[in-house]
Amino acid sequence: MVRNRTTPYLYLLPAFLVYGLFLLYPVARTAQFSLFDWPGFGPSTFVGFENYADLLEDGRFITAIGNALYLILFYSVLPLLVGLVLAATLRRGQVRGMGIYRVLIFLPQVIALVVVAVAWRQIYTPNGTLNQLLGLVGIETDTGWLGVPELALSAVGIIGFWLETGLVMLLLLAGMNRIPNDLYEATRLDGAGPISEFFAVTLPSVRGEIVTSMVLTIIAALKTFDLVYMTTSGGPGTATTVPSYEVYNRAFQLKEVGSASAVAIVLTVLVFVINIFVTRIGEERKVTR
Amino acid sequence: MRRRRLVIPALAATTILALAACAPGSDPDEPAGSETGGGSEPAEVNTDIAGLGDITLTVWDQEVRSSQDPALQALNEAFMEKYPNVTIERVSQSNDDLQSQIALALSGNDVPDVIQVNNARADMGAYVTAGQLVNLEPYAEAYGWADRYSESVLSYSRYSEDGKTFGEGNLYGLPQTGEVVGIFYNKAKLEELGLEVPQTWDDYFAALDAAKAAGEQPMVLGNIDQWPAFHVFGPLQANYVPVDEIAALGLGNEGASWTSDGNVQALEQFGTWGTEGYFGSSPNGTDYDLAWADFAKGTGVFLPAGNWLAGDLESLMGEDVGFMAPPPGTDGTLATTGATGIPFGIPAASENVDAAAAYIDFITTDEAMAMIAENGGMPVNNTADNAPEAGLQKDVFEAFDAVSTEGTLLPYLDWATPSFADTAGQGFQELLGGQKSAADVAQAFEDDYQAFIGG
Repeated sequence: MVRNRTTPYLYLLPAFLVYGLFLLYPVARTAQFSLFDWPGFGPSTFVGFENYADLLEDGRFITAIGNALYLILFYSVLPLLVGLVLAATLRRGQVRGMGIYRVLIFLPQVIALVVVAVAWRQIYTPNGTLNQLLGLVGIETDTGWLGVPELALSAVGIIGFWLETGLVMLLLLAGMNRIPNDLYEATRLDGAGPISEFFAVTLPSVRGEIVTSMVLTIIAALKTFDLVYMTTSGGPGTATTVPSYEVYNRAFQLKEVGSASAVAIVLTVLVFVINIFVTRIGEERKVTR
Repeated sequence: MRRRRLVIPALAATTILALAACAPGSDPDEPAGSETGGGSEPAEVNTDIAGLGDITLTVWDQEVRSSQDPALQALNEAFMEKYPNVTIERVSQSNDDLQSQIALALSGNDVPDVIQVNNARADMGAYVTAGQLVNLEPYAEAYGWADRYSESVLSYSRYSEDGKTFGEGNLYGLPQTGEVVGIFYNKAKLEELGLEVPQTWDDYFAALDAAKAAGEQPMVLGNIDQWPAFHVFGPLQANYVPVDEIAALGLGNEGASWTSDGNVQALEQFGTWGTEGYFGSSPNGTDYDLAWADFAKGTGVFLPAGNWLAGDLESLMGEDVGFMAPPPGTDGTLATTGATGIPFGIPAASENVDAAAAYIDFITTDEAMAMIAENGGMPVNNTADNAPEAGLQKDVFEAFDAVSTEGTLLPYLDWATPSFADTAGQGFQELLGGQKSAADVAQAFEDDYQAFIGG
């Protein structure tokens, strides 16, 4: 019996204080900064929503948003497809040394991103590992993969794909291991092959995990910073700039803290909207089943 | 619904609290001097450091390279030996890291006592406007810095009190080293190709073509980080544009234009180098440090770059490498990007301004200059006197001396406006990649420059 209605909230208070202090307060302050023209120090001028209005005509910002959306393909969609196949294969086959495979595929998640970026930067240089490997199979090229505007973003995306696949696979594998074997036996008795078994049993059972991994990887795609900062600094030109890099660039290089905050707020809203959309789709299907 | 009842008011309360908090930058506990603009002036200059009592002097520097670090370390020790009451707490890190932290550090209360602040408008200029740097004029007078430095060197650390004019006004920093952007060349390769060290720009262009025809990569450039292109374009620009025009553009002062014929021609030439493979297949996809390491291993004939690579290149290539100032520019005099190393300044909120000024004085004396040279750095003063007897460093010292005494040291182009590093970094990459024409890039530069001048 709860004697007082407010009692449960008292229990929440300590956590809420921490949450408020370290999360809500900074968010609110950022929102406030976005309404000012302020170089990060000294006096500031209140400009209302001008920073946001400026973003609408800001080519760099629009490119950055477009690039982030494109990165979702590499960070989220491809890892999901590959992760599904990998997880389903690993679940079915009782491979010897399964643990080793899991560790290897998950490894990129464990390595510090800066190290990942530096390593890939070397791989992509004109006489780097990638071109050497291509040379081995008879394709002689000295392309600097991060230097070609049409390829640079995809090159960064591939690093993201390499990073996220392990995470997605692990999540899906955890989900698949939960599926009772009876279900598979039943479908097999009904005459289903591995493919139809996958679509009839495996896929519907891991819907929750799919949604979770989508949410996680989409967030990772939209807020990518380290990779871009360490590999291309947004270049060549603006080919690989992303919203988080714009936030950094505006706040620390250009000293336009107001504009940087506006970008940050727009990015936050974007992350929320896309993820609400993704979770809604996941939930709806569950209901209609 | 019941659950939400408390959460919403709580959220609202937090939000209102935050929004009602004072506007950014107007915190009541802000460091002194930040409201005034133009920097605080010390009440009274005191050069008697031994009588100041025990002091901890916090110094933030970026002298991390092998040619820089030992000299400053030795100077710090010598200073502490001279003044046993002073303890130096040194924090050194790469320049990129340092410059992005300074803005935050200066707006706090617990500031370092000495910092290396980039000369650029986006850095030093912005802090001068915000009143966060000490005006060093009184100390310059007390210590006689004007006798030690040439005015052209000091001018790159001068701003008007409101930070609007760059190149004249009060002194806000003192550099320790000189910097000159020139051209490294592979002697063995030149000999193989039967080429002399070029004396004019026409010679240089011809040498590049000869190298290309012989299947060599004419020049080396690793431009993935965008800024290295500045050091190739800067010298080239002097072949097409008069020096005073470049200086106005580089300092962001009025009276010049990026869309002038000379500038467009220079940009065009630079773009042609990029698209026709004079920098190899992909300058924009190549790492700066890998590029010069490749040059040391035998890729390319010329490497347009700053003198700071000399130490490393000499140890890797020995006798095989030489350095030249770029050939004389359009008006017949030597002119190249260079100016000075990053100047040491004093934050307005420092509690040890006198000791900090004495420290800056100490690390820029003639003895200090000799010490810097001994350790492989290039001192900004007495450069020719301190030149080594032979080798690559001798070339470098002589080139700096020639340019700084007979010619003109041009400002780094990214000093011009707060956003110019961005605009130009992007523009140069687009030129090299052939995505934009020289005229379009010139227009983008002009827009940035005009927006700054107009505002």
